[in-house]
Amino acid sequence: MAQPLIELNSVNKWFGSLHVLRDVNLTVDRGEVVVVIGPSGSGKSTLCRAINRLETINSGTITFDGQPLPAEGRALARLRADVGMVFQSFNLFAHLTILQNVTLGPIKVRGESKANARERAMQLLERVGIANQADKYPAQLSGGQQQRAAIARALAMQPKAMLFDEPTSALDPEMVGEVLEVMTSLAAGGMTMIVVTHEMGFARHAAKRVVFMADGELVEQAAPAEFFGNPQSERAKDFLSKVLQH
Amino acid sequence: MNVLWEQFPVFRDGFLLTFQLSFLSAIGALLVGTLVAVLRISPVPPLRWLGTSYVNLFRNIPLTAVFVFVVVGLPLLGSSADFLKIPGLDQIFTRLGIDLPYFRFSIIALSLYTAAFVCEALRSGINAVPSGQAEAARSIGLTFTQNLRFIVLPQAWRAAIVPLGSVIIAMIKNSAIAGFMGLYGDLSSRGQELVSAGVNGVTYPLIPVFIAISLGFLIMTVPLGLLLDRIEKNRMVKAR
Repeated sequence: MAQPLIELNSVNKWFGSLHVLRDVNLTVDRGEVVVVIGPSGSGKSTLCRAINRLETINSGTITFDGQPLPAEGRALARLRADVGMVFQSFNLFAHLTILQNVTLGPIKVRGESKANARERAMQLLERVGIANQADKYPAQLSGGQQQRAAIARALAMQPKAMLFDEPTSALDPEMVGEVLEVMTSLAAGGMTMIVVTHEMGFARHAAKRVVFMADGELVEQAAPAEFFGNPQSERAKDFLSKVLQH
Repeated sequence: MNVLWEQFPVFRDGFLLTFQLSFLSAIGALLVGTLVAVLRISPVPPLRWLGTSYVNLFRNIPLTAVFVFVVVGLPLLGSSADFLKIPGLDQIFTRLGIDLPYFRFSIIALSLYTAAFVCEALRSGINAVPSGQAEAARSIGLTFTQNLRFIVLPQAWRAAIVPLGSVIIAMIKNSAIAGFMGLYGDLSSRGQELVSAGVNGVTYPLIPVFIAISLGFLIMTVPLGLLLDRIEKNRMVKAR
C-alpha cells in the first residue's frame, strides 16, 4: 500500500570507463527527507540528476510515483514538472525577472492564468523572504537570494518531490543559513526531498535518513543520529572524521 | 563627381530599391537562418544532418553561384517565386508583386546565402548561453521547443546580436551583385546603366559612378554599424 515515491533499482552509470553509479538501490517514501553525503566524485550529484533524467543511466530502473522514467519527450517533460530541482549554481533564467522566473513554468507548462500564477508566485517569494526582489533580475540579487528564488521557482510547479544538488556549495558562508532555513521549513512541511549536501548540520537535524556514498556505491544508510553516532563502514568513519573534526 | 548631382534621382531611386532588397532579404535570412540553427541543434540526427549540410553548402560556395542557381534554376523548375507575392506586403514593396521575377529571385538568393552565416552567428550565441539555463528549463518541464523559445533563443539573440549585425552589413554590400544578375533598378544596375547606356546620349565615367554607389551603401551600413557599437556598449555597462 505505502508505495515509495522514488525507487532506484540496481542503477549503473558509466562516464566512459568511469563507473560513477555502481548498482545503486534506493527507495524514498512520500514525505521523507533523505540527505546524501559523501566525498567529492562519489556520484551523489549524478544520482540526484538521474532521478529527473538530466543524466541518463546505463542499466537498472528508476521509478517515480509508480511510473518508470519515460524516455525523452512529452511524458518526460510532464514528469520533470512534478520533480522540483535546485542546482548548485542556481540557474535562474538570466533574461527574466525573479517573478517571471517563478511564473514561467506554471503559465507555460501547467497552463495557469497569468494572474493566478503571479499571485501564487508572490506568496512563494514571500515564503522564502524575497518578495521585495520580485521585479529584479537574477544578477542583481545575492547568491543566497538567488537560491531562494530558485527554490520558489521549483515550488511553483507544486512538485511531488524536490531534488537539491549541493544547493549551498556555491554560496558565501554567511548566506548558507538563509537557504538552509528555507529547506528546513520545507522538510518540516512534509515535502519529499533528496538533498545532496556537505552541510552536516542540516543532515543531522532535518534528514529522516542519511545516505552515504563513496566511489559510486551506496555504502550505508541510517537515521542521522545512528549514522553520525555509530557509522558502520570504514569509509564512512574515515569521511566523518575528516569533515567533523573542525 | 558631378554625376551624383546631375543624376541624383537615378541614385535616389536605386538607393530606395537596394534598401528594400536589403530589408526584405535581412528578414528572410534571419527567418531561414533561425530555422537552420534550430535544425543544427535538434535532438533528431537527420534534422541535424540537414542543418549542417545547409550551412556547409551555402557558406562555402560563391554568392554569384547562388544567384545563378536561383535566377536560372528556378525558371527551369517552372517557378517564378510567386509565393513572395505576399498580399499586403506587396503594397508596400511594390516590386514584390510585379511579373518580372528578378526582385523576388534576388531576395531568395541573398536570404539563402546569408542564412548560413546567420545560423552560425546564432549558434555561437546559443553556445554562449550556459548549459544550466537549458537544464533548469528542462527540469521545470518545458519541452524542447518551449525551452528554445522562452529560455535559450531569447538569450542567444542577445549574445548573437553583434555578430548578426556584421552578417547583415555584409549582406547589404553583397546585394550589389543583384544588379548584375538580372535585377533592374537597384543602385548597381542604375549605376551600370549610367556608364554604359547613359542618359540622353550622355554617358558617365565608371569611377565617379561607383563612388556615388558606395556612398549609397555607406548611408545604410555606417548607421547600422554605429547602432551595433551602441548595443555592445550598453551590454557591457549592464554586464549581465
